[in-house]
Amino acid sequence: MKNDVMTTAIERLATQDSSLPKLQPFAGANAETPYLAAAGTKLHRKLCGSLEEAIRRSGLKDGMTISFHHAFREGDKVVNKVVNTLARLGFKNLTLASSSLLNCHDPLVEHIKSDVITQIYTSGMRGRLAEAVSNGLMKKPVQIHSHGGRVHLLQTGELKIDVAFLGVSCCDEFGNANGSRGKLNCGSLGYAKVDAEYARQVVLLTEELVGFPNYPASISQDRVDLVVKLDQVGDPSLISVGAARVTNNPRELLIARHAADVIEHSGYFNDGFSIQTGSGAAATAATRFLEQRMNCKGIKASFALGGITGGIADLHSRGLIKAIVDVQSFDNDAAASLRTSSAHIEISANEYANPTSKAAYVDRVNVVILSALEVDLDFNVNVITGSDGVMRGASGGHCDVAAAADLTIVVAPLVRSRIPTVVRHVTTLLTPGESVGVLVTDHGIAVNPKRPEIEQRLRDARLPVMTVEELYRKAVALTGEPEPLEFTDRIVGIVRYRDGSVIDVVRQVKN
Amino acid sequence: MKVIKEAIAGTLESSDVLVKVAPTEKGTREVVLRSEVIKQFGEQIKQVVTDALDKLSVSAGSIVIEDKGALDCVIRARVQAAVLRGCSSEELDWRRLS
Repeated sequence: MKNDVMTTAIERLATQDSSLPKLQPFAGANAETPYLAAAGTKLHRKLCGSLEEAIRRSGLKDGMTISFHHAFREGDKVVNKVVNTLARLGFKNLTLASSSLLNCHDPLVEHIKSDVITQIYTSGMRGRLAEAVSNGLMKKPVQIHSHGGRVHLLQTGELKIDVAFLGVSCCDEFGNANGSRGKLNCGSLGYAKVDAEYARQVVLLTEELVGFPNYPASISQDRVDLVVKLDQVGDPSLISVGAARVTNNPRELLIARHAADVIEHSGYFNDGFSIQTGSGAAATAATRFLEQRMNCKGIKASFALGGITGGIADLHSRGLIKAIVDVQSFDNDAAASLRTSSAHIEISANEYANPTSKAAYVDRVNVVILSALEVDLDFNVNVITGSDGVMRGASGGHCDVAAAADLTIVVAPLVRSRIPTVVRHVTTLLTPGESVGVLVTDHGIAVNPKRPEIEQRLRDARLPVMTVEELYRKAVALTGEPEPLEFTDRIVGIVRYRDGSVIDVVRQVKN
Repeated sequence: MKVIKEAIAGTLESSDVLVKVAPTEKGTREVVLRSEVIKQFGEQIKQVVTDALDKLSVSAGSIVIEDKGALDCVIRARVQAAVLRGCSSEELDWRRLS
């Protein structure tokens, strides 16, 4: 037997050179690839008839970690469908690691109560789920990370994904998938790409199974274990609602116009500049006011980064922004641009914002516009908790890009209903004031004293510049001084900075 | 002044307040306050409502406040409007409304 000969040879080799790794004798052409033997398994081995079958074949067990992405935002159908199914199958003590959670994920409350989910990693949470968690629903505090920070946690091994359930717009039976083609497309799969890279098992869920090979492959077949066809994966029409909505609110448009003024006179508005706008109506609306200013000055942007909106895609199609670097598409127009423009690049969250990636695109952003729930007198920013202490937002890429960009502009209305946005101390610290350059409100603009050159440029341009203390006094003159919130000692959320360090904690609200 | 019929003023829009007034059987003044910002501004809102009612000398009626984060000036105006409607008051003493 050839095998015995080789076994003997290998034994001989071992005595000759003890540093050799343990070698195995040849055992047949398909010893490692038995599925190649039959046509059925060769081609269709990843296809599962049902989600239940995929869960079974993934080897998921109690206590493991499951992951999801949030490219479909409020239109996501995957998280609820999968967790409902896991609950029905009797799973317990799972860690849920979603790149973010939104209002549509309220049904998770029941699954937390019944111990199906006992730990959560997410960029943020909203709605009934966030309220319940803030009121002490979970024994383990929720881990809140930034988009870049999530990849960092995966790299360090703190977060280990056992099974990733990733909704995609279309894929073939080998798992070549994207979010920009197909009938219901969400655009970039920037967050899903990371999970596909790091998860032990990758299950793709799609409404549309297409012929092989599907391209472009945002997630490639070599990362995919199983493929399931579902009736519903996501509703793209609900992507651009909530935080990613388009606004006609005159106050938000005023803030957006002020933000565009700040960019124009910041010193960074030069040919080849780069820009990012975060989620939040005023932030995304600012691009609307940039076009005319760019035409007047005769300049073009080299790239726009981030969550991409139709507004950015429009400037790109007019040649005003050379390239779009897209980790998440905020609307149909952005997804269409990704499909049609070769200079619209899809990137992973690791390429986008991970501080320990070998290079993140945020490192090269000149100007970023970000939203805030609260900004304090030291320019610290809170985007996690409302001023009632209840979680209602998401970390997103806020601290990632704020840390890296040359100029970070935070936009917010001075008061929201009766709640002042400019406060003495933020309820929860997410982005440190040292990363923030300018605060733009509907009542005026404040510049961080650390950036006197910016302040001088804005004053020279006769923009309504004042101190942040003045803004605070204006806010309190309208609303009155809020009474301090009462919290219990119990910690319900841990805010992780992008490098994994703990920058703040969220305590349970006292009722 | 006494509230002699049901009346409302305001809306449930954000930054507004809905004030409902109605007669009470016992002839007392009862204020019920619900607010989205009660934790931070509950006391302040109560003060504004009480002041507005005192200035109009409202001695009887149920006043239900459903606040959606209105500023003091809005709360005062809505309370005054609801009370004046509920009291069927035709004659206005503008000094009391300032």
